[in-house]
Amino acid sequence: MKTGSKTPTAGARKKTRWFYFRKNLPLTVMALPALILMVLFKYLPLSGIILAFKRYNIRDGIFGSAWNGFKNFEYLFRTKDAWIITRNTILYNFAFIVLDLIFAVTLAIILNELRQKRAAKVFQTIFMAPYFMSWVVVSFIAYSLLSVDDGFINRALGLEVTWYSQQAAWPFILIIFQIWKTIGYSTVMYLGAIVGISDDYYEAALMDGATKWQQIRYITLPALRGMMIILTILAIGRIFYADFGLFYQLPRNSGPLFPVTNVIDTYVFRALKENGNIGMAAAANLYQSLVGFILVVTSNFAVRKIDKDSALF
Amino acid sequence: MKIKRKAEKKLEKNLISVRANTVLLIILGLLALVCVLPMILVVIVSFSSEQSIFENGYSFFPSEFSLAAYEYFLKLGDQIFRSYGISLFVTVFGSLFSLTVTAMFAYVLSRPDYRYGRLFTLLLLFTMLFNGGLVPGYMVNTQLLGLRDSVWALIFPMSLNAFYVVVLRTFFKSIPLEIIEAARIDGAGEFRTFAKVVLPLSKPGLATIGLFTVIAYWNDWFLGMLYMFETKNYPIQTLLQSMQNSMEALSQSSSNALEYAEMAKNAPTDSGRMALTVMVVLPVMLAYPFFQKYFVKGLTVGGVKG
Repeated sequence: MKTGSKTPTAGARKKTRWFYFRKNLPLTVMALPALILMVLFKYLPLSGIILAFKRYNIRDGIFGSAWNGFKNFEYLFRTKDAWIITRNTILYNFAFIVLDLIFAVTLAIILNELRQKRAAKVFQTIFMAPYFMSWVVVSFIAYSLLSVDDGFINRALGLEVTWYSQQAAWPFILIIFQIWKTIGYSTVMYLGAIVGISDDYYEAALMDGATKWQQIRYITLPALRGMMIILTILAIGRIFYADFGLFYQLPRNSGPLFPVTNVIDTYVFRALKENGNIGMAAAANLYQSLVGFILVVTSNFAVRKIDKDSALF
Repeated sequence: MKIKRKAEKKLEKNLISVRANTVLLIILGLLALVCVLPMILVVIVSFSSEQSIFENGYSFFPSEFSLAAYEYFLKLGDQIFRSYGISLFVTVFGSLFSLTVTAMFAYVLSRPDYRYGRLFTLLLLFTMLFNGGLVPGYMVNTQLLGLRDSVWALIFPMSLNAFYVVVLRTFFKSIPLEIIEAARIDGAGEFRTFAKVVLPLSKPGLATIGLFTVIAYWNDWFLGMLYMFETKNYPIQTLLQSMQNSMEALSQSSSNALEYAEMAKNAPTDSGRMALTVMVVLPVMLAYPFFQKYFVKGLTVGGVKG
């Protein structure tokens, strides 16, 4: 293919766009379904962003509704909600990033050091199981523990705590379940990296009389450093996006808990589907998209500086 | 061979002490219990009688076991079977469709000689950086594309994952161009080359992405909650979610309203919810031990990006 296009014959000058289009046609046809999906579900929706600057009403539709400038944003940022959802989104994600890193690396090292490799495999399988359940399923698992009348915790401890309206408890509950669900996945990623470390290092260390602690401290952890940094930076890039399922399903949409469970994603969803406040929902959505965009690009830039291959672009 | 054995022997000395090993095993065992016990509780509750739940709450040791919840579903479960069917269709068709489209696109982008590769890659990467988000997507899908209450709303919006395209593209790039050239010289067209040469060489990558896709479709409740306005169109996960507050959803399409009213009075509400939860996770958990090895392999091969 390459040789044909490079020979400078008389016909080469006639090799117009049309020529290349036809030559690449079979591959273009293969790409077509994906391109159509991309246009319909990624690019076409971008036109809907104008809703953030409109006073939407059903009769006039997306494009016919009247403009109202930055009114939606003014309303949004005048409410207490704007501050609460921003704070919750960032603080929860920050907690998840730190705890996930600590627990995943620790667990991976422990699993790697076990004398029985078979047992390590079994534990790994168990820890990863919750990752494959939906948040709806997890919400029912949580309910079996936290229900006021029948919940296992209240019955076992003889309490009568109404968990689904105790604000103070929820930061812990949310964090526990998030870690419970995702830790196995992260552990496997780090375990893969540890297994990849060459035995030579450990042999050399052993000959120098290094203890197990010293080996972990001076070989294993430094070897994981790059991966830890990159995964963390990438996670920071997504710190403005919350896991909707966790914050919507687990607290069962319980109103009294909103101050500690409402994040940007749940706020947008409720404004859209429950309150029908399209303009406000679109404004909060655009706020998230823009800040999210800046963070993702910045974090990717940082990753690129450390390791070019790990960057998205 | 000899050298290797020697090395193994040396590393044997490098194992942690038996005592440390025991301590770690106990800690891991406790963590595993924390991981598994909540799931077991749900299963046990689903087999408990309502009376037992009334007396003991959700307990690991119910005073009386009962199949009432499952029998109730078998008798009055029109909606459950319907939703199960919807989820099954969405999972099977959606995964096949999604994997095909994703693999074809990734392959095209992986070809260095494809003229529009750079342009399309840019178009794809941009969607990973900036997207309109929930509201614009929802409005366009419901108002312009007519996806309200349509089963396609459960399939198309999540059928092209840019991240998977990038991973598969990296996978395809590792196939030497010479092999593709050779197929072409043998007279195979692009489609044939792709299907007969490229795909068989990429099985591990396809298996991993395929598994993720299958799980994502089966576990999806969000699209159902967003785009399905009538209960009869709910996939199973959305149906389960709608039961957080009541079992009412079941009555919507029950063929026999009278019988329903009769049964509703003594419906096994508590065990019923947990029984449906069990039925929803069962397929995934049964398949899990078999697919997890592919999953782990793909994950570690893929690393951060692949």
